[in-house]
Amino acid sequence: MDNLLPKNITNTIDHWIQKFPQGKQRSAIIAALHAVQHHNNGFLTNDLLNQVAEYINIPKMNVYEVATFYSMFQTQPVGKHEIAVCNNISCMLRGSDEIISHIENKLNISLGESTSDDNIFLKKEEECLAACTGAPMMMVDHVYIENLTIEKVDEVLERLKKNND
Amino acid sequence: MTEINKVIFSNHEDAASASIEKYISSGGYSAWKKIIQSSDQTKAREYIINEVKASGLRGRGGAGFPTGKKWSFMPNSGKQQYIVCNSDESEPGTCHDREILQRNPHALIEGMAIGGFAINATVGYNYVRGEFIGDCYPQIEKSLEEAYEYGLLGKNILSSSINFDLYNYLGAGAYICGEETGLLESLEGKQGKPRFKPPFPANYGLYGAPTTVNNTQTLATIPKIIEKGAEWYSSMGTEKSPGTIIFSVSGHINKPGNYELPLGISFNELMDISGGIIDGKKLKAVIPGGSSTKVLPADIISKCTMDYESLEEAGSALGTGAVVVMAEGTCMVEMLKRISRFYYAESCGQCTPCREGTGWLYRILLRITEGRGQETDINLLIDVANRIEGNTICAFGDASAWPVQSFLHHYFEEFEFMIKNKGKSKAA
Ligand SMILES: Cc1cc2nc3c(=O)[nH]c(=O)nc-3n(C[C@H](O)[C@H](O)[C@H](O)COP(=O)(O)O)c2cc1C
Ligand code: SF4
Ligand code: FES
Repeated sequence: MDNLLPKNITNTIDHWIQKFPQGKQRSAIIAALHAVQHHNNGFLTNDLLNQVAEYINIPKMNVYEVATFYSMFQTQPVGKHEIAVCNNISCMLRGSDEIISHIENKLNISLGESTSDDNIFLKKEEECLAACTGAPMMMVDHVYIENLTIEKVDEVLERLKKNND
Repeated sequence: MTEINKVIFSNHEDAASASIEKYISSGGYSAWKKIIQSSDQTKAREYIINEVKASGLRGRGGAGFPTGKKWSFMPNSGKQQYIVCNSDESEPGTCHDREILQRNPHALIEGMAIGGFAINATVGYNYVRGEFIGDCYPQIEKSLEEAYEYGLLGKNILSSSINFDLYNYLGAGAYICGEETGLLESLEGKQGKPRFKPPFPANYGLYGAPTTVNNTQTLATIPKIIEKGAEWYSSMGTEKSPGTIIFSVSGHINKPGNYELPLGISFNELMDISGGIIDGKKLKAVIPGGSSTKVLPADIISKCTMDYESLEEAGSALGTGAVVVMAEGTCMVEMLKRISRFYYAESCGQCTPCREGTGWLYRILLRITEGRGQETDINLLIDVANRIEGNTICAFGDASAWPVQSFLHHYFEEFEFMIKNKGKSKAA
């Protein structure tokens, strides 16, 4: 199998491997998967997992286990932009349920689904995202947006729609 | 009026507080430099551990274990030892570590260097939760680079014989990686499944080597304790709970925020500082230390002071200092259902009571809120929670049981009402 990982990704993986002692390159799996997933528009494929395993030089199984355990890794195709609305306790008390319903209605999808044009993925977030004093909040392509209002959410959705290329 | 932001947030007024110049100009890295210049390293180690013990600092990661004591468990094995910072911050309601990483990253870096020196660890890892990748991770990475540029980290620091290398690490979303042995597994590039204990990390930690895991806030407190002394630190707070802690106040409150305050401040004053309950409403209940601590009704919490002893006496715990405020009208059944869904989703699945029990709890609560509850469900909830508590590898199991036990203890009639009235909330 040809290793198809682009140079900037292998550079990132190399940068991570040197953080760990000799022979402990397995510690770089998570960082490698972050880099690969980002490069692949937000999700991982078996092919990519295999390439990571090969590049880091560890059994494929080790990479599969990690890819399926952590909630930030998507092993099914999803939309390009990711929205994760926190609905843990502090956000729930400040109206996160209404924010989620609003987004579901606007995009005509449910939590866990992507829009039909594959532009937006509405993640089913179970964790508190550690911005509870700015509740309600959401994470859009890894950027925290706090103290949400319906207007603020609409602005973000508009921006993401325009950003669909 | 109680003074706020005296230790970790002492530079908080300054918008550029994260910069290394600002940190140094307010005394930052002076403790680390003094240690580096000490003529007797063994004595310097003893001195640090004794000061931290005398300061009364307890771990802010939730369990409140005395930090100096924890450090004294570390051997001098002659092999590579590690210090690991737990910046996985994921206990629902808690968000002060994020603010430390954003606003005072150098206090954490200096704290890790001092701690690493004290426990014979020349390598440190700062495990940052994955979701911070585009948020505060870039800041802590930049700060780390600065510290290297200033020659404060690395090999033969400031021409001494002292080495300390520090690396940031990123997780990828899993609450259980906050549990310290789950965190170490994750740092090794595995699934974050907690280990059986003993052996404890001080004997068998990262890559099987002696390791200490401390929370971000704990470590960021260290530089000021060494710089200004244990006596100065413990002059704040109470005799049994000395020092300061950052409260994350969230929920139905006018000025939600992170407030660093002396331990032992009254709950009522904390509410005043955070602007009081929204819309002039009455307080109903408080979860005082993150979702894993037991809920307390208004009449009980109003008599408490915010320290380890008072909250324990009241039947709960200080936990992470995440104070989640609920006003009158909040449905406690819905609240508990949300908490239980979280534990169900986040169980790592290793222990049967936790894996199966959290699912049971959530499904029973779901059917109660959907109007399909049965009279026997309340006893069933208590029974399932009791079977999880104390029967699991890690404290996650207890953390999933305590909310159920405490919500039912204090708000029994709301659950009863909803079951009888086919899903109608008593609170609304
Ligand atoms: C389920 C679970 C989640 C935890 N999450 C965190 C966390 O996010 N951050 C943290 O510092 N400690 C967390 N802890 C506590 C750690 O296991 C550990 O006690 C702590 O990091 C030790 O640091 P300290 O002594 O400075 O408090 C968690 C514990 C459990 C059981
Ligand atoms: S108690 Fe739960 S989270 Fe902890 S090890 Fe067991 S199954 Fe995993
Ligand atoms: S509860 Fe939403 S960020 Fe913590």
